[in-house]
Amino acid sequence: MRLEPIANPSALRTLMPPALAISATVVIASLLAMAAGANPFAVLGEILRGAAGSQFALLETLNRATPLIFTGLAVAVAFRAKLWNIGAEAQLYAGALVTVVLGTGALGWSSAALIPTLIIASLLAGALLLLVPALLKVRLGVDEVVTTLLLNFIFLLFVSMLLEGPLKDPMGMGWPKSPRLIDEARLPRIIDGLRLHWGFGIALIAAVLVWVIQARTTLGYEMRAVGLSRDAAKFAGIPVGLVLIKTALLSGGLAALAGFSEVAGLKGALTLDLSPGFGYTGIIVAMLALLNPLGVIAAALFVAGIFVGADSMSRALDVPTYLADIMLATALLLMVLAILLTRFRVVRE
Amino acid sequence: MDIIDILLSASFWTAAIRIASPLIFAVLGELICERAGVLNLGIEGIMVAGAFAGWMAVYSGTDLWTGVAVAFAVGMLFGLVHSTLTVPFGLSQHVVGLGVTLLATSLTYFAYRLFLPEVTSPPKIEAFQPLEIPFLSDIPIIGPALFNQTPLTYLAFISVGVVAYILYRTPLGLALRAAGENPAAVAAQGLSVTAIRMGAVIAGSGLMAVGGAFLTMSAFDSFFFEMVNGRGWICIALVVFGAWRPGKALLGAILFAAFDALQIRVQQTEVGADIPYQIFLMMPYILSILALIVMSRRAEVPAALMVPFNKGER
Repeated sequence: MRLEPIANPSALRTLMPPALAISATVVIASLLAMAAGANPFAVLGEILRGAAGSQFALLETLNRATPLIFTGLAVAVAFRAKLWNIGAEAQLYAGALVTVVLGTGALGWSSAALIPTLIIASLLAGALLLLVPALLKVRLGVDEVVTTLLLNFIFLLFVSMLLEGPLKDPMGMGWPKSPRLIDEARLPRIIDGLRLHWGFGIALIAAVLVWVIQARTTLGYEMRAVGLSRDAAKFAGIPVGLVLIKTALLSGGLAALAGFSEVAGLKGALTLDLSPGFGYTGIIVAMLALLNPLGVIAAALFVAGIFVGADSMSRALDVPTYLADIMLATALLLMVLAILLTRFRVVRE
Repeated sequence: MDIIDILLSASFWTAAIRIASPLIFAVLGELICERAGVLNLGIEGIMVAGAFAGWMAVYSGTDLWTGVAVAFAVGMLFGLVHSTLTVPFGLSQHVVGLGVTLLATSLTYFAYRLFLPEVTSPPKIEAFQPLEIPFLSDIPIIGPALFNQTPLTYLAFISVGVVAYILYRTPLGLALRAAGENPAAVAAQGLSVTAIRMGAVIAGSGLMAVGGAFLTMSAFDSFFFEMVNGRGWICIALVVFGAWRPGKALLGAILFAAFDALQIRVQQTEVGADIPYQIFLMMPYILSILALIVMSRRAEVPAALMVPFNKGER
């Protein structure tokens, strides 16, 4: 069998594979729900209701989508230049870490000065953390997949060490937890009395900015060229190493904003369970968005909806929450296949 | 206790070989995939699935070796998923690998919750027991380390020999290595690159799953969440460290395991007690990165690693 590119795919050809991928995901989830002894229609209904069935559910989904927009953007930016950043989880914690270091009283500034400072400090921390693997890749050819992955483990242990040592909250009843942010460092709510905070707004702004960078600037063009073919980019005189480093700085910084936004907007303090794998889920978000920054918003909402919905479905119907992860993994694998099939046809020999 | 005392104790080396065993299986599995030209990032999840499948089979009443076979088969199944997407379709090996890891891990956890909904502490099985080899196990220090282990450890060492023999002494091995170096030449010989690569990924994934099964069926007697805990990712680093050769990969796995066994013991010494335990836990990962940096200077990467092959185009 062989793949043959399709010159002008028809509308049907473009829409069918993704639709089939989503349907197949739903079928698999239904089968697993039945294995768990639940009615699949009830399961899907509960997921939908739990994700968007009420104002509370919807805002919860938006809240959950916020860190995923940041990590999804981080991954999308890097993957587009074929820089495989699997370390968004560590970069997220780097952002959270500087946020609690600077935001718990070290700087007694007003919100107007403190919050921008925290954002910039987070950006720098995340950028710095990805700079190391990027330099190792550009200078020594060390594969960044492994180094960024291993850095996740190392950095989380580092955070754990700080939370049990210098950063431990003396009022924390012995739990490894940082002191709380001062009020000036907290992101305000978007609507009074509802949990949705301005981190979501910042995430939307970030997505638009990243889109502008990619679509309208020289750097964006260079990143795309490097991603399409490193050799061709080099031949065209693009400084490939430098572009990869810039991409890494942008990607690491974006992931770190997820940590800033979770601490300053939602949690108010740093704990080791700040992220239930937002860094890794960002990879799924980015792929579902076809690496498009604006698509990341939609993909993050979809993924967040599945997680939030599955949580309440699990409580209501006693089906393990891992169903959400299975659905996302299946959707991811089938989606990449579906995208391929819109552009190529399989020819038997 | 001094570090020298630790290094000269038989219990230390016994532990090192035990810690190395699951890594040996998984490194061999990854090595086979990469030698054929496919990076398999599904390794972490496939190990989780293997750990659960083998243990669950024994818990439901099969004997231990059948459990190992079940783990191998489950690994092959995920290898089939991975290779179908990455070889004939040529999809991104990074994305598919991470997807397979997530799929295997979440399916495993889902199945665990399904089969054992109400348990607070997971049930135990009768795991593999150490099999003492007469006379050889009486040699000081290395005797107990090498010849008083469970049968799965012996199988791990045998696998290294078998894989090395197949890779370097058989036409199959030649074709497999060529698929990772110069697939066009393989196709010119009238062989199917697709079949060779898919076969390599499927067999390699089976070995990874047995590596996971070692954890539940030999090292421990039960299944825990997070029990694989990054061992798969470490194996990817070990393949690079071993320069894609089974013998060197074995050496790397043992060195790495020795270091791991050492850090556990140093933590219990007077010096170690003053250092935060996280520093010791970080060491294996830092060591892996350092190994990658050192080895990158003389890379012998299979030339077609991560390059999809499609006859007639690209």
